[in-house]
This record gives sequence, C-alpha cells and structure tokens, in this order.
Amino acid sequence: MTGTFLGMPPFPEAAHDAVNNAQLRHNLRKATHTIRGKRAAVVDELDDWPQLRAAGKAIKDHTLRHLDRYLIQVEEAVTAAGGHVHWAADADEANRIVTDLVRATGERDVVKVKSMATQEIGLNEALADAGIRAYETDLAELIVQLGDDRPSHILVPAIHRNRSEIREIFLREMAEWGEPAPADLTDEPRVLAEAARRHLRERFLSAKVAVSGANFMVAETGTLVVVESEGNGRMCLTLPETLISVVGIEKVVPTWADLEVFLQLLPRSSTGERMNPYTSTWTGVTPGDGPQDFHLVLLDNGRTHVLADEVGRQTLRCIRCSACLNVCPVYERAGGHAYGSVYPGPIGAILTPQLRGTASALDASLPYASSLCGACYDVCPVAIDIPEVLVHLREQVTEQPGHRAERAAMKAAGWVFADPSRLSRVQRLAGHTRRLIPKRLPGPGAAWTDTRNIPEPPAQSFRDWWAQERGSDGSPRRDDA
Amino acid sequence: MRVALFITCVNDTLYPRTGQAVVRLLERLGCTVDFPVEQTCCGQMHWNTGYGTQIEPLVRRFADTFAGYDAVVTPSGSCGAMIRDNHPKAAARAEDRALADDVAAVVPTVYDLSEFLVDVLGVTDVGAYFPHKVTYHPTCHSMRLMKLGDRPTTLLRNVRGLELLELPGADECCGFGGTFAVKNPDVSAAMGADKVRNAAGTGAEVLCAADNSCLMHLGGMMDRQRTGVRTLHLAEILASTEELPA
Ligand code: SF4
Repeated sequence: MTGTFLGMPPFPEAAHDAVNNAQLRHNLRKATHTIRGKRAAVVDELDDWPQLRAAGKAIKDHTLRHLDRYLIQVEEAVTAAGGHVHWAADADEANRIVTDLVRATGERDVVKVKSMATQEIGLNEALADAGIRAYETDLAELIVQLGDDRPSHILVPAIHRNRSEIREIFLREMAEWGEPAPADLTDEPRVLAEAARRHLRERFLSAKVAVSGANFMVAETGTLVVVESEGNGRMCLTLPETLISVVGIEKVVPTWADLEVFLQLLPRSSTGERMNPYTSTWTGVTPGDGPQDFHLVLLDNGRTHVLADEVGRQTLRCIRCSACLNVCPVYERAGGHAYGSVYPGPIGAILTPQLRGTASALDASLPYASSLCGACYDVCPVAIDIPEVLVHLREQVTEQPGHRAERAAMKAAGWVFADPSRLSRVQRLAGHTRRLIPKRLPGPGAAWTDTRNIPEPPAQSFRDWWAQERGSDGSPRRDDA
Repeated sequence: MRVALFITCVNDTLYPRTGQAVVRLLERLGCTVDFPVEQTCCGQMHWNTGYGTQIEPLVRRFADTFAGYDAVVTPSGSCGAMIRDNHPKAAARAEDRALADDVAAVVPTVYDLSEFLVDVLGVTDVGAYFPHKVTYHPTCHSMRLMKLGDRPTTLLRNVRGLELLELPGADECCGFGGTFAVKNPDVSAAMGADKVRNAAGTGAEVLCAADNSCLMHLGGMMDRQRTGVRTLHLAEILASTEELPA
C-alpha cells in the first residue's frame, strides 16, 4: 500500500538525498519546466487574467468568511437531492465513517478517484486495516500505488518516475492487483497508458463502491464537481452503486456563476490547458442513473484552525492547481517527498504545518523550505501570498523551544543595529581581524564555506569612509536650501 | 532635491565600494546627497527568519532617520522591498499610531537606485563607460517585489562600451534567500550552481545585479569554482568612467 509520511526527517535532510540524485533531478526539471511553459503560454493569451485571479480570490475569501452558512446550505441541498452528509472533525472520524459505509455494503473492494483529502487522512491504510482494498484509478496514483511509493506532486503524483521505471513497476506489480501487464510492454507512453487502461477497465466494471474527492462543491444546488484529464473519474462517478465523496470543507463555492471563474483558472494553472478534458458534476442521486447511494463526508481535520488564523487563512483559498510547485526552484531540487506530506512544494510548506501543527521536527522545518523568492505567489491563481504565510509560520516556530542559539544571535544582531556606534565598532573589529577569519567556518557557517568562499570584510566600512571624506564627526553635508 | 542614501548594513559593512559608487554617480548627475549616520538596518534578516516582533526599534529608527527627505535611495532591491512592504505591517502590529504615520510618510520616498535614476531623475544614460561583457541577474526581490522591470537593463544598455548578454533562466532564484542558504545548504547550493553555470555560459566577464547579498552568494561560488567571472553591483558599473573604471 501507499507508504506513509510518518517519521520522516526534517526537510533539509530529506532534500539532501534528492539534491544528490541526478536522475530524480533530471526527471523533475524536465517535467516542471515543460508544464511551466505551457501554463505561461495559456495564461498569457488571456488579457483578463489579473481580473479572473482577483475574482477567484474574492469569491474564496467571501466563502471562507461565511463558511458556516455555505456548508449548511450544501448539507441541505445534498440531503434534499437524496444524498447523505457526514461531518468529520478529524482523520480518524472520517476514516471510521467511510469504513463503516463500505462495510455496510458488504463489499471488500473500492475504486478511488481524485482525492487528496483521502490521502491526507490515510484512508487507504485505514481501509486495509478493515480488510478492504482500495484501488487508485488515476494513472499517476496507480503508478504510486503499484510501486508502494508516496506521491510527490499534487497533479502528477509520480512525477519523480520516468517511463522506464514505470514500465518496470507495471511488469512487476500489476498481476498482483488484477489484470497483468502484457509481457511485451515497452516504455512508450501510449503502450504504458494502454496497459493501465486495460488493468483499470476490469476494476471499473466490477466495482460496486467508489470513493472520490471533489474539486468544488456548489452550495446553491449541493452539486459536487470533479475536474480531470483521463476519464477514470467519470467511470468511478457513474458505474458503482455507492459513491462516497470525501471533501475538505474549504472546497465550497456559493453558486454556479462562481464556479465559472474557477473552471477557467484551474485548468490553465494546472495542466496548461484552456479547458480540461472531463468535468463531471453530480447532485445527490438520480433514480435509475448512476450511484443510487451517495454520501458526502465533509472533512475538517485542522481546517477550522487554519481559518481562525488571520494571516494563515488565505491558504484555504488553494484550488490545488500545483502551479506553485512547477515554478518553485526549491521543489525542483528537493523533490516532493522531502516535504513529508501529500501536499508538497510551496503550498505544502504552508498547508502541512498549519493542518498538522509545528511540533515535529519535520513540520517545524517546512516554513523554512523556501528562499522567499516569490515565484509561487506570482503564479498562484487565487493570489495566496505564500511568502507572507511562510514568514508568519516561522514566527510561530521560533517561539517554540529549540531556537535558543538562533534567538540569542538575532537578539545580539538587534542590539548592534539598535545603535550606529555599536554597528561601527563591530565593522571596525571585522575590518581589523579580517585576516584571522578562517576559510572554513564552524557550526552553521560550515554550510556556507562548504560550497562558497566567504567575502572578506573590507578594511574600512562605508560609514567610516563617509566620515573621513565628509567630515571626521560624520556630520553629513546638507543642502537645506 | 534632498537625497538621502540608505546604504544598508550589508553594503555598509561588506561592500563599501557600492555605497561609494552610489555617491559618485548621484553627485555626477547633480544631486546633493546625504548619508544620515543614524541609519543601521532595515530588519529584513529578523523579519524573514521569524523574529519580526523584534524589529520595531529598527522600523522606528528608519522612519526617524529618513523623515523629511525628498527621496531615499537604496542600492538594494531586497531592503527596499522590506521597507515598502513590511515596515507598514510591523508598525501596524506595534499598534502605535504615531509610528504608523511616520512609516506611511517615509515609505513613498524610498526608491531603488535604478528607479530613482529612471523615474525621478529621468535619465537612462548616466554617462558611464565600462568596456566589458556583462550579464544581468534581476534578483527575486528587485524583480517581484520592487518591480524594477527593465530599468536596470535599460541603464546598462546605455553604458558606453558595455555588451549586455542575456542570462538564461534569469527569473529563477539564485538560492541565497538570507538564512535559507544556511538552513537549507544543499538546495541553496544546487540553485546557486545552476545560476553560476548559466552566467558563466553566457561568456560574460561580469555578473551584475542590484543586490549585493545575492552577488555575495554567487560570487563566493564562482570564486570557489574559479570561473573567472566577477560580480559587480549595478551602481559600480553605472559609476564607472574612463578616469575611474570599476
Ligand atoms: S497555492 Fe495557489 S498555485 Fe499553489 S496549488 Fe494552491 S492554488 Fe495552485
């Protein structure tokens, strides 16, 4: 089954291995740069992109401000349409609800589509403990599941794999899960896709229960929306008898008119397409058509806690397009696994520590997994100021124990900067002792001198030069005229 | 016009030549410049590392020191952005109306050097001479927060003798990121290595930027790798003349 992220090391350690894995870096660079270019091209062709982006942000902010009201509207509409709504405060509760619902059907297999929320709560593992096998049906999810691997990208969870690795995984594992891969399987994308299609078709046709996520929920009608490229979603949403959708509470939008904005923002930002191939919507149950039993599990799992944080709440605007991953220079080198979560990259660096808290060493390291270059903020279709939230989270982390040395160093620096004459004395000291500064620094400084030469302090600071040139008392030349 | 220089603590301490170049350049263009000696640091390191609650005295110092000038010019996009974007936030957090007012008064007078030259003085040819091949790295905060756009490259194009070579992947971060370089050394070095490779690949003799901290990171790396490319701050190239070459 899909490995979990529990017990992973802090980001810098996990990234160390990825940075030194040439194959992985090559795969990631190629994939992210390709999609980056496609996104830029389709965004550039719209002259109202800034307005669309502002609209997306405004709709989400409005919805989040009145989230209670819209969620109740969703519940009423879904119930009126013959569905059932369940509220799950955390991962355990959500897993219990889904497990019980599957058990009640008497089935032991479920097909799954498009659900980061179920990965977030570890649903597959919980179902396995109850003797229920969950089959992922997104191509990339399938690769991850068969490879007993972890997802490393929001949209392309197997982005870290190249096609020859995928071929090997299919040949080795498919038979154990159902229809085997053909013996003459090549690593051509078309051939690989065909093998996956055949493997999955058998699943779709026999499945009685499906578990899905949703990209959006439209409050006015209680309609759920899945946006996808492969068509597997449509199969999962229509063929089984029972459909269980696990959806984060932040996914609601008030009306269909609001949805229109996101159906433009999302495909362009995520796959670099003007429109995605499949958009499926479903509302409760329709007698004689599609699943006859529909359950919506509304997942909190830390989200109301995020909502309560004035700076952090913008994180909940995220529509999981993954544009921020594809432009992030840190993600590109560190790979998705280093983030220790189903949410990697810039959005993961802010969402994960907010959902899970910053108590563990890994979660406390995530807000620092960024150079604050701001590329993520620039591309985000709902204008989440990721650097702002990162800095905000850093403030929370530095208040925790374990930052004594750094806090003291920052205090000392603050003391120096509090008074220009102190700064001047420190500068002179550095200038006089510059020959004594070792080429290799100890402690945290070693990270610097391992790959870079350190600059030599000059003999004279600017302020001393100024004082010398413009008056020994340092009194500035003023033009008060 | 009363122009004050905010030289920044990094330039003051490690790169005095950049500050001297700014003085030379602005005086050459007819400005009367002042270096208010009460200045220290904008507080960016504290802010970005998660110690933003400690910078209130630095915000106050900045607003007091630079009050009343027509323009405050700084040769650092990163520090300029810190003042513009974050000093108002820090003042708001301090819940001190007077401080917030002082910050609000000073912020609109703060300019990056290239902004001041192009937007305020209205010059794009500063009369510089620098007969070398140069490639320009826009640096993240100059580009994304200060939105300097093509001002720096326009200025460079008008330098006599200078050949400007395009830097591939120019808009990608160099990997410095303040304490990021220390907290995530492997990723930082990998990002820097790519930037260095791109810069060296242009055939330029000089890598130029408007932020000495990024140049310190890249220069230290190029030095270690003996690429033969040197780093220079934009101000030093713009101040360069036949008589006083950079
Ligand atoms: S944070 Fe923005 S760019 Fe990143 S996945 Fe979410 S919506 Fe997309």
